[in-house]
Amino acid sequence: MNEVLIEVNGETLLLDPAGALWWPAEQTLVFADLHFEKGSAYARSGQMLPPYDTRATLARMEALITRHAAARVIALGDSFHDRDAGNRLDTYERETLIRLGRGVEWIWIAGNHDPSPPSWLEGKILEEMTIGGLIFRHEPLLLPAPGEIAGHLHPCKNITRRGRSLRRRCFVSDNKRLVMPAFGAYAGGLDVRSRAVRTLFGENLLAYLLGVRRVYAVAA
Amino acid sequence: MLAFAEPHAALLPAPFADWFAARGWVPRAHQLALLKEAREGRSVLLVAPTGGGKTLAGFLPSLIELSTLPARRKPALHTLYISPLKALAVDVLRNLEIPVAEMGLAVRIETRTGDTPPSRRLRQRHVPPDMLLTTPEQLALLLAARDAHKYFASLRAVVLDELHAFHNTKRGDLLALGLARLAQFAPGHRRVGLSATVADPVRLQRYLMPQKPAGEMRAVLVRGAPGAPPDIAISASDAYVPWAGHLAIHAMPDVMNAIRAAKTALVFVNTRSQAERTFQHLWQLNEENLPIALHHGSLAPQQRRKVEAAMARGELRAVVCTSTLDLGIDWGAVDLVIGVGAPKGAARLVQRIGRANHRLDEPSRALLVPANRFEVLECEAARDAVLAGELDGEQPRKGGLDVLAQHVMGVACSAPFNADALYAEVISAAPYCDLSRADFDRSVEFVATGGYALKRYDRYAKLRKTPDGLWRIAHPRLAQIYRLNVGVIIEEPMLDVRLQSKGRPAGAGGRVLGQLEEYFLEQLVPGDTFVFAGQVLEFRGIRETAAFVTKSNETEAHVPSYMGGKFPLSTFLASRVREMLADPKAWGKLPAPVGEWLRVQNWRSVIPGAGQLLVETFPRGSREFLVCYPFEGRLAHQTLGMLVTRRLERLRLRPLGFVANEYALAVWGLRDMGGVDMDRLFDEDMLGDDLDAWLADSALYKRTFRNCAIIAGLIQRRQPGAEKTGRQVTFSSDLIYDVLREHEPDHILLRATYEDAATGLLDIARLAQMLARVKGRIMTRQLERVSPLAVPALLEISKEMVAGEAHEDLLQEAEEELVREAMRI
Repeated sequence: MNEVLIEVNGETLLLDPAGALWWPAEQTLVFADLHFEKGSAYARSGQMLPPYDTRATLARMEALITRHAAARVIALGDSFHDRDAGNRLDTYERETLIRLGRGVEWIWIAGNHDPSPPSWLEGKILEEMTIGGLIFRHEPLLLPAPGEIAGHLHPCKNITRRGRSLRRRCFVSDNKRLVMPAFGAYAGGLDVRSRAVRTLFGENLLAYLLGVRRVYAVAA
Repeated sequence: MLAFAEPHAALLPAPFADWFAARGWVPRAHQLALLKEAREGRSVLLVAPTGGGKTLAGFLPSLIELSTLPARRKPALHTLYISPLKALAVDVLRNLEIPVAEMGLAVRIETRTGDTPPSRRLRQRHVPPDMLLTTPEQLALLLAARDAHKYFASLRAVVLDELHAFHNTKRGDLLALGLARLAQFAPGHRRVGLSATVADPVRLQRYLMPQKPAGEMRAVLVRGAPGAPPDIAISASDAYVPWAGHLAIHAMPDVMNAIRAAKTALVFVNTRSQAERTFQHLWQLNEENLPIALHHGSLAPQQRRKVEAAMARGELRAVVCTSTLDLGIDWGAVDLVIGVGAPKGAARLVQRIGRANHRLDEPSRALLVPANRFEVLECEAARDAVLAGELDGEQPRKGGLDVLAQHVMGVACSAPFNADALYAEVISAAPYCDLSRADFDRSVEFVATGGYALKRYDRYAKLRKTPDGLWRIAHPRLAQIYRLNVGVIIEEPMLDVRLQSKGRPAGAGGRVLGQLEEYFLEQLVPGDTFVFAGQVLEFRGIRETAAFVTKSNETEAHVPSYMGGKFPLSTFLASRVREMLADPKAWGKLPAPVGEWLRVQNWRSVIPGAGQLLVETFPRGSREFLVCYPFEGRLAHQTLGMLVTRRLERLRLRPLGFVANEYALAVWGLRDMGGVDMDRLFDEDMLGDDLDAWLADSALYKRTFRNCAIIAGLIQRRQPGAEKTGRQVTFSSDLIYDVLREHEPDHILLRATYEDAATGLLDIARLAQMLARVKGRIMTRQLERVSPLAVPALLEISKEMVAGEAHEDLLQEAEEELVREAMRI
């Protein structure tokens, strides 16, 4: 495993190429923007997207929780695509979520899509949470925010080499704060070059593109 | 030719006979034949060259029938005319109004296209004209209306124009399903298909008729008199024939001279960028300032209309154009057709030559201008085929399941339907005659709830089954969404390209150079350079619907742009080229440099037999090359390149890249590939797991999926109240593809995608035929240096990365070095 470790506000973090953040010192695994039931949200308006997005996302989460043997899981907001999404999970998906939540300390950070996640969830529901030098919240502040770990923006980056183009989700960090890639199967992306991403960071901004074996750092 | 027992008079009533006589015309045999068949109520396919009064032949029976009706009658639709181009419908209206006015017939004819104002469309719904001239998409919309069965009940005839051009496409599928509907609403109406000469008219004859389970039904075939054989010249000199490239810059003086000698010339090229470059080169030579115009799909529509109007007024001496002018209005003044570059197919060549609206008894004149040596062979083969009257057959394709899904929704919008009855109706359409009941049912399920094994969307169903067993749309809003999204033409989202001066901040103002595909521009990073409108441009960024660029100081573009070249070399023409290549006796008529090239190839390596596949390996520079010559077109070669490099990677031969052109595929890497078992490398089994693994990640395949998803209605481009552009779609079809492929690999939409890609962007069908053809017939040659036949492919490797006129010299140098090496005996 080619592990890529970076420092954010003095804390050492591992960028998992699956799109999650692992904080070894706190045995904490962080997921951003899961967007459960985005598929069925579109089905309501007549676009019958394949109804497998939630279980695809859950399966990838479970694999990571097991592999890292996480003691704490933070879902960084927009875990549910809309306020009603929790009600649209089927029994299998609901039970999987409850089962995953039992083994760990689970923190659900509220997001703009899910200001109040379903009450039957295991774990705590918080607006934001501070641990050590880091503060976890859904939407990044527009002010300098050292130690902030946020989601919301779904950063992506295109690279073109030898006439071939790749688009990948990515982490974005200047070692002071960090924005995570969206983890949900149907979550879209926003180019890191866009103003919404750029204004958050200082000079030494890097994008860490998700590869198969590891993440790859490129200038953002 | 058909013989007639009946005299004209019996078929042509007095006012019509008088009108013909007043014009000094004699009704043509095929016009009379159509009258006779129409009187019997039979459907007809009329195959005739341009300029033979084909359109009038299609309408005469209807005009005569209408002329016998009382002048004061209840408005009712009598004849429906469908054209693939709305401009053609408008032109036909103009041409029909002349006889109607001159004979004083009480016949109302109207067009209905996307441009028709809503008020007139509404009136047409309540007060139908006698004849309605429209497009396949507008027919689909009319059929989805609630009162469609009443509207079309009076229909007596349907005329389908330019049927050869689209019967074998998704638009043809949509129209075929529409015709099957019409047959229910107006049983017994007759159809007339108008077509250019085709290799296999039977498929069109079947297309015109409702098919029956008991056996095949065909419309009557009527052939117009053939025109005089065309006079086709090929511009190729014994002095110089380029090794590679597609621009034919060396031949521009010849092209300019041909334009000077003609009244009006159409100059056809194969891609938009080639049109731009040819246009520029001609103007550099155009000392007399002859009015020469440009016409291609990236130009603003108003600009194109202006060129067409100037052409119709006879004000232009030449138009440089792409396939946008393959079909359309006849311009009487055109007396020369020039084809720059490869003709790609014999039928395409005939079609283009026919754009000169010549008199039937005079040969139409064409000049073919090959841009390189392989194109010389292709032009010769195409000329031989056209003069021998042989044409390319088309790869038959089955009706698309995505189009079927769209149609099912349209049917439900008009009225609740019974699945048994609709299935019977659908399989009466020729493209769907082999559709199984299971696939039909899955298509209906797909429309209703997405058709997933996991039944999650029943409560959101778009179609619901009522207690009486009918399928009904769940909400009227769904009909509105259907109407906004009808059609099967998925246009790539395009962005304006704006040129700014260097000092200005990106994102404001600038002259619009034209439009480019969004997917191409989105992959660029500021500072990247690419070629557009004949110059090297530096990309600065995208703001809203425009990409901002500045002129670059660099002379090389870093990002090659793959634009156009949509039509691959036809299978038929490819086999003729292979035969010509394999027959040294045929080389005598080729220009001297081409003959010499082939003779040295034969001496240094070998010229493969027509049924064989030659595979050469050789080192060059620090690289090892493998070059093969399947002649199956760029698309199939690209797919082959992907699959072959995967296999070479597995053999640890470290391939680094490949380049495909119409004739050859060249792979390069770090290790000698001469020891590879070529029979195994090119075995058909590459179309199994290797293909499957590659498709999972292929960008072209994902684009095909997106198009199918849009046509089938899974993704709605437009929502009531807010038109979505490609940029605003808030989910990615690629992510949906990934999830669907993983969780339900047999889903009907993935099947539709595969069938589409197999005959479309990936040309898998053709690759499969090639691999079967060469099995056991692979010739291998391990050479110590590059062979003459390999030179064009190797030049393509460098040319793709280089652009701009300033560097032609550099290219020339590189080319000469390569050529010297190859031709050394």
